[in-house]
Order: sequence, then structure tokens, then C-alpha cells
Amino acid sequence: MNAPTPPPPPPYAPPPVPPVVDLTAPAAPPVEPWAEVPHPPPVAPPIAPPVEPWADVPPVAPPPVAPTPAEPWAEVPPVPVVTPPAEAQVDDPTAPSLWAEPAAATEAPEERARVGGIRDDQLPGRLDVHQLSQWFNKRKVLERCSLSMEPGEVTALIGPSGCGKSTFLRALNRMHELVPGAELSGQVLLNGVDIYGVDMSPTEVRLRIGMVFQKPNPFPAMSIADNVLAGLGLSGSKTDDPEGLVEQCLRRAGLWAEVKDRLNESGMSLSGGQQQRLCIARSLAVHPDVLLMDEPCSALDPISTRVIEETIRELCHDITIVIVTHNMQQAQRVSDQCAFFLVETLGEPGRIVENGPTERMFDNPSDPRTLDYVNGRFG
Amino acid sequence: MPDAPAPDGAVLEDVPRPIVQSRTFGDRVFRGISAGAAATCLLIMFTTGVFLTWKAFPAISATGPIDFLTGDTWQPDDEAFGVGGLLVNTIMIAITALVIGVPVALGLALFINEYSPAKMRPLLTGGVDLLAAIPSLIFGMWGLFALSEPLSGVAEWLASHLNAIPIFRLTEPDVALTRSTFIAGFVVAIMITPVITSVSRDVMAQVPRVQCEGALGLGGSRWGMIRDVVLPFGKSGIVGSILLGFGRALGETIAVVLVIDLVFQPNLNILEQGSGSISALIATKFGEAQGLEINGLIAAGLALFIMTLIVNLIARAIVNRSKLAG
Amino acid sequence: MTVELERTDTIWLDESADVAEVDEVVEPVVERPIVDDPEPPASDPDVPFRPSALGPSDRLEFVLSAVSALAFAWALCLVMDWSAPLTFAIWAIIWFVTGTYVTARARTSKVVAMDRLVTTLIWLSGAFAVGVLGWMIVFVLIEGIGGLVDDLPTSEWVARLGAVTLMVAVAVVVRWRLGRREAAGTGTALTRLLPRVVGAACAVGAMLVILPVVNTEFFTSDIAEVGPLDEGGGIYHALIGTLEQISIATVISVPIAILTAIYLHEIKGRLAVPVRFIVDAMSGLPSIVAGLIVFTVWVNTGRGFSGASAGVALAIIMIPIVTRTAEEILRTIDNGLRESALALGAPQWRSVVQVVLPTARAGLITASILGVARAIGETAPVLLTAFGSAVTNYNPFSAPQSDLPLFIWGLLREPNEAQIARAWSAAVVLLLLVLVLFITARVIGERGARKRTGR
Repeated sequence: MNAPTPPPPPPYAPPPVPPVVDLTAPAAPPVEPWAEVPHPPPVAPPIAPPVEPWADVPPVAPPPVAPTPAEPWAEVPPVPVVTPPAEAQVDDPTAPSLWAEPAAATEAPEERARVGGIRDDQLPGRLDVHQLSQWFNKRKVLERCSLSMEPGEVTALIGPSGCGKSTFLRALNRMHELVPGAELSGQVLLNGVDIYGVDMSPTEVRLRIGMVFQKPNPFPAMSIADNVLAGLGLSGSKTDDPEGLVEQCLRRAGLWAEVKDRLNESGMSLSGGQQQRLCIARSLAVHPDVLLMDEPCSALDPISTRVIEETIRELCHDITIVIVTHNMQQAQRVSDQCAFFLVETLGEPGRIVENGPTERMFDNPSDPRTLDYVNGRFG
Repeated sequence: MPDAPAPDGAVLEDVPRPIVQSRTFGDRVFRGISAGAAATCLLIMFTTGVFLTWKAFPAISATGPIDFLTGDTWQPDDEAFGVGGLLVNTIMIAITALVIGVPVALGLALFINEYSPAKMRPLLTGGVDLLAAIPSLIFGMWGLFALSEPLSGVAEWLASHLNAIPIFRLTEPDVALTRSTFIAGFVVAIMITPVITSVSRDVMAQVPRVQCEGALGLGGSRWGMIRDVVLPFGKSGIVGSILLGFGRALGETIAVVLVIDLVFQPNLNILEQGSGSISALIATKFGEAQGLEINGLIAAGLALFIMTLIVNLIARAIVNRSKLAG
Repeated sequence: MTVELERTDTIWLDESADVAEVDEVVEPVVERPIVDDPEPPASDPDVPFRPSALGPSDRLEFVLSAVSALAFAWALCLVMDWSAPLTFAIWAIIWFVTGTYVTARARTSKVVAMDRLVTTLIWLSGAFAVGVLGWMIVFVLIEGIGGLVDDLPTSEWVARLGAVTLMVAVAVVVRWRLGRREAAGTGTALTRLLPRVVGAACAVGAMLVILPVVNTEFFTSDIAEVGPLDEGGGIYHALIGTLEQISIATVISVPIAILTAIYLHEIKGRLAVPVRFIVDAMSGLPSIVAGLIVFTVWVNTGRGFSGASAGVALAIIMIPIVTRTAEEILRTIDNGLRESALALGAPQWRSVVQVVLPTARAGLITASILGVARAIGETAPVLLTAFGSAVTNYNPFSAPQSDLPLFIWGLLREPNEAQIARAWSAAVVLLLLVLVLFITARVIGERGARKRTGR
């Protein structure tokens, strides 16, 4: 468990039924509770040994399959083990579980060899949205949006105000259930499991798919450290090393150096940018597969925005990030993939006009409306 | 792209799908407990209505419902219970209280919102809330011992200067002017002032500041701004707050009992001695009531309950609607 | 440009157009061309000044109106041979209000004069309300304080009150001066510590001055053995009753009220609409009806008067007050906090228990204390349920019990001075209790609000 040695190839023992990953098992490497489900072609999910997810690897140069000790590990503290909450565990063994690590894992070695350790595919947190439509009080605000969000990538949702980007984002972790009169159709698949499926608990979904909001909102009644650990208490998880978890999450959010001497102060005493990074750290503490960010920088100054963007680039190596942004330059800077939302005429629902790799979307979009938008001709 | 098939190959229909809200055990317990607490409130009011009606029935049936509501005798020995005169007096006290209290309360609300220095505002709001928290018993004592004499001076002044108005006329030249509807109304006016002030102040504070600034920017005076922007905006909220004050005035007990002499006949000369209210009747007669008179008092309480319930619910509906609009 | 100027002119001339003017603009344009003072007075650019809506002429007119009003009312009362001070006040106020309007009307326009009139009326209503509150509190204190302390010669009274005032003044001044230095950023450990030390010392000192002269018998005895005309006797039995009944009411009402508020604002369940409706109805329930219902359901069905039934009646009064305030508090909590908690995978109950309630804690305490402050002064419901008693009854579950308002109520119906004086002293105790509860609630609420918003 102690870095800097890279972890051994994980023992892919099929988990007992109910399929809950027991992360406290002594032999288990400190992996994220990640799930792999046989996925329909063309994207087969091959498995590669889990690399330390927090490894600080440059995005352009993915490491080989068996990574050699890398410099950044030296700084990373030992990873505390987080036990999944009892409440999130599904009693019914046949029920789909986002915690499940199904049989696909055992077939992994060959596939892994074939794919040759493309880092992106090893990670959990693949999100596929199929024909998602959303209604509020019978008014349709989103129509047939389909999008795949690859693990290890940053997907930016762009578009003018009121085009349904935030609605789409919030549908990804069942936040609309808080709103009476919200209905939807279509599917949202996390690792191939429909998060809106029968017996799927919203709390479990939200534990796997974290969210950072527009306005920084640390819990006022808690200190900085308690804020980071809040997710554990809130989801009923436990950790054997709270201090280590706090340090690890704050480091990953790029906040450790600034707050390490005042962990017991109130979270409200931080600046806006620091508060937002504290919120990111808070989301990381429960080890989500996916992190949704709803305009995380819109309430912040340019300096804090840059720090957060750097944090996003660091994080995306081991977590799927979906970010809503109004800022075209920001989308260009942080994202690998873009989806452009648009309401064509007033009163119509929003649709995805075009999506694709960021570079293509900005340099050579196929749709003229996208071209107009990314060049600032409207919106 | 929009027609891409689902992973299992089927094209998904574009209609809302049912979503099963599976709640954790903890959530179900939590919602159950909260709903139980909320249901307790329903139960209390339900019990109130049912039990009061049940226990009031013997007295009302002994007197007859028409006589009960219109009569002005209270003879437990003859099984005659009439609260008609008391109802009139109760309403007279409440109306007097409104006539005195509403201008002061609205003036105070505007003073706090628009005129007072910003630093004084929290202090004044606190003062209004404190006025609402002071026990009615203390208001009554103060009304009895400190206000009676000066107010009878005012009553004298009103009787001599404004006797063109019927309610200020005196039936006899040297009738006593203390312990009257007017004095009770004055004390109750001070008690309902904080209610009216705090609700109407809340409503008027929701006027968008840009509208106020727009009015001032057009060269309006402050009063012009209040008349053309603040009051129209807060109109229904102000009406609601006045009704709330009316409801409170109808139910006020102890302060009224202390400053009036209870009479069962309707007394429309508000400056003259002798007045009454239903709550005063209950508080006064309760100590020595026996047998059917207890049912009579409960019947009187039921009449008061229904009257205040109607006034309050109308008031709340108006206030809530104006708050939603704002 | 010319067109605009012309338009402005017409507007100023046409007063019936109801376009308002501001004094400073009106004076030069319409009435007084600037002749007295062609050059603006040289003001020091470094000295800040505050623009004021009231010019020197306005102030002069206010003073003139006030003086002439007093003179007029005095003369009128002299001529007509009226002696009541309120008659004097009414005429003075009528003259003052008219005077401010007429002078402003003569100098400026109808609109400005109307504004002036309304301003005067509104200030008067503010002064009236503050005056009434102050008058009442002072009146109660003066009437009742005599029974709470031993008989003292006037000189000792003056000395002791002077000492207390001095100590309070010292504490306030030290706090204020050092607080200013703290705010200016020049504070040291000393400036932080000193106000607390001085405050504590002054509090202890004031206690030492006051406590020896407090009439302890009044607080430690009941009136069971005291005849109507006797000296002595006290409120011990009433204090016990108040304490027990209020505790019972709080224990019943606060959990129900806070859970109801949670149901209304956090869960928003199916019953939310009827429950809000009913809570509204309850908050307007006359307090005597609350007593009457407990009497009907509990006392009159053979169980007899008791302190606990009074507690239930008071709880019925407290529930809507606490529910409404608590719901307001929950409403002030940023919805983002709830969403963040849920986004961390929390079930709703954990989000409420671990995030919403701790954040709202101070506000909920305030709501509860305000409910207690209201219930503690209620007389009518207690009269119908606890009935009152002259002896000390420790058991709230059987036999009649007294409490402070009931004690006062009983004495007020008696015709002799000694009893009335006792009632006033008890009223002072009741008023002080309410004041202390109210101020505590405010202080806790303010601190909580500051913490919530992170300042």
C-alpha cells in the first residue's frame, strides 16, 4: 500500500454475491471501486491493471501498462481505504449495482494485452447517455440527447444560456428528482448500468457520480477537514485514516499547501476559489467515478479560475469529468470532447447540435451553427 | 445522432419513463417521523373542532341556535345562552383597535423600511418583535393602571368635539367614560400593531429596489415613490396583515378582561362604560361555571374559534398570495 | 438640447402634473434665483460631508412649527380651561403637522409639501410606537420594583443605582473604544481580552451592589399562609409552576414544530399543503381557545386541573410560532448545501441531520426561545387548565398549580393595595424573564446568521 512501489497486478477474484467490493481486504490494492460491464460494440471495455488513479501522469504521454515508479507518487500519501456505505449496498443480489465488478474482469488479461494499455480504457466511469429527453411540468426542455463520456476525458458542455446544458448535467446524477414535476425518458448508463433503472438508488448513483456546483458552498457548520470528510459521514462510509484522506483529497484538489495549517478553521473563512477547490476535494473524498461540474468557475476571478482549470487537468487522468461552461476559451483549454447544445427556436427543447473532439469542434465543426457559436457570432 | 439506438439495439421511445424512487430505510423512517409530527398538527385542529362542537351542542340545543347567536342574555339557570351582544361588542373592540392601530402600524412599517436611518433598522425591527412578545397580561395591567385616566380625558374630548359622529355620542351627559370599548380598543390596538407592522413590512420590503429607484430617478418625492410603487405593490399584503391583526384582536382575552366591564347587551356608544368580548366572557365566568354553563362557555368558544378561523385563513391566503407574487 | 430644456420648464411650471421635485433643485429654479451666494462656499475637499435631504430652511421650518404648536396648544388650553395633558398633546400635534405642511407649501410646491407632511406623520407614528413601548416598560418597572428590593432610603437608592450605571457605562465604553481599534486592525491580544475582563468584572460588581438588597423572601416563599392584608409572601410557587409548565410545553412542542417545519420545507410531502394551512390556522387560534380545548378534552373529562395540561395548552400555542419561524430559517439555507450533500451520495435524512440542521442550529434555537417567550406570558389557557393555587405544588401531573401570569391575574382581581403591589412586582419578574429570553434569542440568532453567511 505504501508508495512509491507500483501496485502489483490486482487479483481479479470474482467477488462474492452480493457483488460488493470489499476494499478492506488486506490483499486488495488500493483501487477505486470501479466497475466494468460488458459493453456493446464498438467500444469494448478491455481491462488493464489499475494504475494508481491519482498518479500524476501527463495527459499526452500515457504510461506503459505496468508503470514504473513515477516521480509524483513520491509525494502522494498512503491512500486511506474507504469502505462503501452499508446503505448504498444493495440487498438484492440480482439488483444491478454500480459497485459490481462483474465477470468481465476475469477475462481481462487477453483484452488488456490486445488493447495495449490504453490508459483511458482502464478506468471506470464511462457514461453513456442515450436519447435523453427531460420534461418539467410537461414542458420539454431537452430532446433526444445522446452523448458518450469517456473515462479519463474532460467533456465540456457548451452552448448559450437556457439551452439545457445544466439540465442535461443534472440528469446525469438524478438531481432532478428533487424537483416535483420533472420527468425524463431515455437512458443514462454508468459502466453500462442504467442509473434510472429499477432498484437503483439515487443515493448510490450520486455517490458514484459526484457534482460540484456553480456557487462554492462549503458546509458552514463544519471545519475545512470536516468538509472534506463530510461525504463519508453523509453517505455512511468509513475510513481508517481520516487525516490521510483529507490530505490526499486536498492535494488532488490543489488546496493542500494553502490550508494545511488551518484545517480546523471554518470552510467559510476561505476565499471563493479556495472554497470551490474545497468543494472539489469534498467530492473526491467519496471516490466517485465521474465528477460533474456545473460552471465551477463562473463565480470566480481569473486567477482562481486558472487554478481550478489546472486542477481539472490533473484530475481527469483518473476520473471522468463533465463540465458545463459558458466560457469558450475555458472549454478549449480544459476539455477533450465538446458537446454543443442549442435551442433553435424559442420554446423548443434543447438539443445536442454537434459533439466531437474539442479541436475539431473549434477548428472545423461540421455544423454551421457550431461554427457561429464558437466564433462568438451569437450566444 | 439523435436517433442512435440504445445499447440493446432498441430505439427508445421519447415519452417520460417511470422512475422508481427507491428510498433507503433511513429515509423512510425519517419521512415517517416528520409526517407524523405534521399530522399531529392536523390532529390537534381536528380534535379542537370536533370536541368543541360536541361539547357545545347541549348548550346550543337548549337555547336554540338562532337565539344563541342573536340573544343578549346569559342566564345559566334558565338555560338561556345568548352571545349576540357579545359578538357585536367583540367586533366593535376589534374595529376600534384597527382604526387606531392600522395607521400607526403602517406608518411604523414605512418608517422602518423607508425613513429610519439604516443603522436603526435592526433595532426598530427588534423593538417591534419585542412588542409582540410582551405578555398581554402586562398590556392589560398597563392599560388599566396607566391608560385609563388619560384615555378617559381623550374620550371626553372626543365626546365634546366630535359628537356629530353617532358612536361618539353619550346616552347621558354624566355617564362614566372608563372601562369602555374605546379603552379596550386602544390597548388591543397597541397589541396588534406589531402583527400588522411585521407582516406588512415584510411584504413592502419585497418591492424591487430598482422600481423604487426608478420612481426616484424620475424625480419623484419619497412619498410619491411610496404612493406609486410601494403601496400598490404591497396592497394585498397590507390588507392581509390588517385582517391578521383583526383576527388577533377578536381573540384577545386578558387585556380586554382587565380594562372593561362585561355587559351582554350590544353597546355601540364606544366611549361609554360597559363592553364585552367572548373571550372575556369565558375568562370571567369560567371560575364559577357549573353544569350546562360550562357547555355554554364552550359554545361561546366555538363561535370565537370559527370566527377567528375564517378571518385568519382569508388573511393568510391573501398574504401568501402577495408574497408569492413578489 | 433646447428641446429637453423646454420640456423641463413645462414640467416645473405644471404642478398638477404631479411630478415630484427635490428641494435643492426646486429652490434655485422656481423660487429663489441664486443671488445671496454667487460663489459656492469653499469646502475642504478632504473633509467628507454627507448630502442631506433636509436643508437649513427645512430645519428652520420644523423648529418654527414645533415651537408655535406648543405655544398654540398652551394658549388654547389656557383659554378653554382644559387641563388634560392628552388634549394638549393632540392640539399641539395637529398644529405641528399642519404647520409643517403650510410652511413647505408656501416656500416650495404641493408635491414637496405633501412629502413633508407624510414624512412628519410617519416619524410621529414611529415615535408613538417607540414611546408607548418605552412608557410601558418604565411604568411596569416603577410600579413593581419596590416589592423586589428591601426598603431603602432614597440616598442609598441613588448611590446603588449610580454605581450600577457607572459600571455599565465603563464596560460599554471600554468595549466600544477597543472594538473600534479592533475593527481598524490595530488590535492586540490586550484589546481582545480587556473588554471581556472588564465586562465580567463590571457584571460581578453590579451583582454585588444589587443582590444584597434584593427581597429574597419574595422569590423563596409562596402566599399560602399570607393573608390578604399581610406583608411578605412571594412567587416561589408561581416560579415552580412556570418552570414546570414551560418545560413540558417546550418538550412537547419543539420537536413537533421542528419536525413539521422539516416536513413542510425539506420533504414537501403530500400533506404539506393541508399542514401549512392548518399551521396558519393554529397561529391565529385565540389563546383562550387553546386552553378551552385542553379543558374540554382533558380536564373536564374527570382528570382535573394540572400543570401538565397547562403545558399541553401552551404547547398548542407554541407549535405554530416555532414551526413558522423554523420554516423561515430553513428557507434561508442555501439550496446548494442540500444538493451538495445529496451529490455526495447522502440519503435525505443524513443531508438534513448532518448539514441542514447544524447549519440552522442557531436559528432553530432562536425560534424555540421566541416560542417560549410567547408562551411564558400567556394567562388565559393556563387559567382554564392549571387553574391556579396559592400553595407550592411540585407535581405537575395532579392538582391545580399556579404560574407567574396566573399569580398576577389572581391578585389583580383583589381590591387591596398590598395585593396589587405584589402583582406589579411579579409583573416585573415576568417582564424581565421575557426580555432576557427575547434578547438571548436575538443574540444567538444574529451570531448564527453571521456564521451561516461566513462573515
